[in-house]
Amino acid sequence: MDLFEYQAKRLFGAHGIPVKLGEVARTPDEARAAAERIGCPVVVKAQVLTGGRGKAGGVKLAATPDDAAEKARTILGLDIKGHTVKLVLVDPAVDIATEIYVAITLDRAARRALIMASAEGGMDIEQVAVEKPEAIVRVHIDPAVGLQPYQLRQLAFGIGLPAPHHAAFADLVTRLHNVFEAADATLAEVNPLILTTAGEMLALDGKVTVDASALYRQGALAADRYDGDLTDAERAARDAGLNYVDLDGSIGCLVNGAGLAMASMDVIKLFGGEPANFLDIGGGAQADKVEKALRIILADARVKAVLINIFGGITRGDEVARGIVAALGNIATDVPFVVRIVGTNAEAAQTILADAKLHSGATLAEAAQKAVQLAAERGAA
Amino acid sequence: MSIYVDASSRVLVQGITGREGAFHTGHMVKSGTNVVAGVTPGKGGQALEGDLAGVPMFNTVRDAVKATGADVSCIFVPAKFAADAVLEAADAGIAVIVTITEGVPVHDMIRVTNSVRSRGITMIGPNCPGMITPGGAKVGIIPANICTPGPVGVVSRSGTLTYEVLHALTSRGIGQTTAVGIGGDPVQGTKFVDVLARFQADPATELIVMIGEIGGTDEEAAAAFVAANVTKPVVGFIAGQTAPPGKTMGHAGAIISGGKGTAAEKIRALQAAGIAVARHPDEIAEIVAGQLGR
Repeated sequence: MDLFEYQAKRLFGAHGIPVKLGEVARTPDEARAAAERIGCPVVVKAQVLTGGRGKAGGVKLAATPDDAAEKARTILGLDIKGHTVKLVLVDPAVDIATEIYVAITLDRAARRALIMASAEGGMDIEQVAVEKPEAIVRVHIDPAVGLQPYQLRQLAFGIGLPAPHHAAFADLVTRLHNVFEAADATLAEVNPLILTTAGEMLALDGKVTVDASALYRQGALAADRYDGDLTDAERAARDAGLNYVDLDGSIGCLVNGAGLAMASMDVIKLFGGEPANFLDIGGGAQADKVEKALRIILADARVKAVLINIFGGITRGDEVARGIVAALGNIATDVPFVVRIVGTNAEAAQTILADAKLHSGATLAEAAQKAVQLAAERGAA
Repeated sequence: MSIYVDASSRVLVQGITGREGAFHTGHMVKSGTNVVAGVTPGKGGQALEGDLAGVPMFNTVRDAVKATGADVSCIFVPAKFAADAVLEAADAGIAVIVTITEGVPVHDMIRVTNSVRSRGITMIGPNCPGMITPGGAKVGIIPANICTPGPVGVVSRSGTLTYEVLHALTSRGIGQTTAVGIGGDPVQGTKFVDVLARFQADPATELIVMIGEIGGTDEEAAAAFVAANVTKPVVGFIAGQTAPPGKTMGHAGAIISGGKGTAAEKIRALQAAGIAVARHPDEIAEIVAGQLGR
């Protein structure tokens, strides 16, 4: 779960990291009022859960409150990489002398938290990693002993930070590590971390990703969860306890298991079709969950055919079959279904589905080919 | 022969009285696994019924190990108790700990995997189907009826996709030494390279099937390991070629982030290491059959 910049900086502030956090505005008028309270100049910043805001025109300096309203008007509603701007952050403007990069992330391969710092702040760190890998200093944290002072020194000396700023930097990185731990984060990034012309250290922008599996113990963060980037189908699927991702194709997919669901999409593509979605009904799904899943798939007008691929283990074929029959009885649709059910109670599933008008395939490849062909016959691109 | 578990394994189940734990332990018993103990705090000494009748119950793993000599644990406890359960098993002297539980916080797994691995304990999972040595022991939820003993070692990040492959192999009369589901989380107790090393050392394993997916760099590490250390033929598959970047595809670890972890990169790495990569799951068994001369 990604946090907005304003949420990340609020969290930083709560952990004693120096931030100058302004106010969030939903309208140009709110932005004007915020600028009046904060004092100009201000920076009006799009709040979207994606990078590249600056290049997309989502960050603008405003000299007066009216100017802030005007800048907010141009930024609100912008589409930045498919994310519509619904919020702006009005922050006090600061004079930047130096920009630094510092982040704590999960290094999956090392099974440890990894601190990365670079003097090349403000830049896209992935670009720095490719072009100037030696400019990034890395330290791993041993979970048994935690972050150590020598590691903070390695970072500060490694990025060539002038000695007078080492203490403030060590304090900030320590607190950022506290954020990482306390928020169950998989990413806590400050980019840029700045030194002002007056020599003050500030976290100017922040990015935090919270582990979705830990939300049960992250009450406050979970309550602030933003789902405005989800499609209606994705929201309905989440509420139904289904793993679902919207895609652009014409073949709806209903599969049990994430790996098999991905593989089913891949096979559709291999035979010339395009999947309309990723959908994993999970283990042990009952008939009502299958029906809900089919409702979500069929609500998408682009869907020209549905591929149902079930390998019964914990999931029982007869339960899935009952869900299919219920869906066909309750939803008016002429979209053809290709159904393949193998494994636990597959024979019972065939009996239940005997009277339903369905297509079938013995193997995944056969079923996928059939679905691609049916979708093409019905005018799928 | 096999890896990790066999007919001599003495298996205990943590969370044996829960819905999932009871159901799957029943199948473990029915498939011939030597389930020697169950642990549920507060239910020590209680009698179990049905397929589990006769399996003694204990309050703590320490008590269970002391009384039964259990050396393998299978964990079905809810996600918020999973880290504690793994550490309890490790401290009680269990050598192989299999965690089926899904949705365990990743910070918990950073602490736990580092702790248990530093003690030389094998931890499989979390968020995995466990493993099966056909005809020997089933520790987890992989259906036993789709497996048969034979020469192929299988390692996978997936559950049902692995079942597809096991079913296809078994249907062709090609059996397995051991099938290991290492799980779909970002931080796992056991990675591809650990399992590949075991299969390479196992004399009964003639060929290895490796099923990866998008996210992380473990497949690339596995490819490098195969090139340097594995002399047995390896057949690979990577799921998620059509997955969009930035979206979690069901498994917490299956996400392309910052342009890294794509299927295309992983397939290139496997092929560069001389691994035959199947285009779709059905093709895996075809390639294996060809390589084994069947």
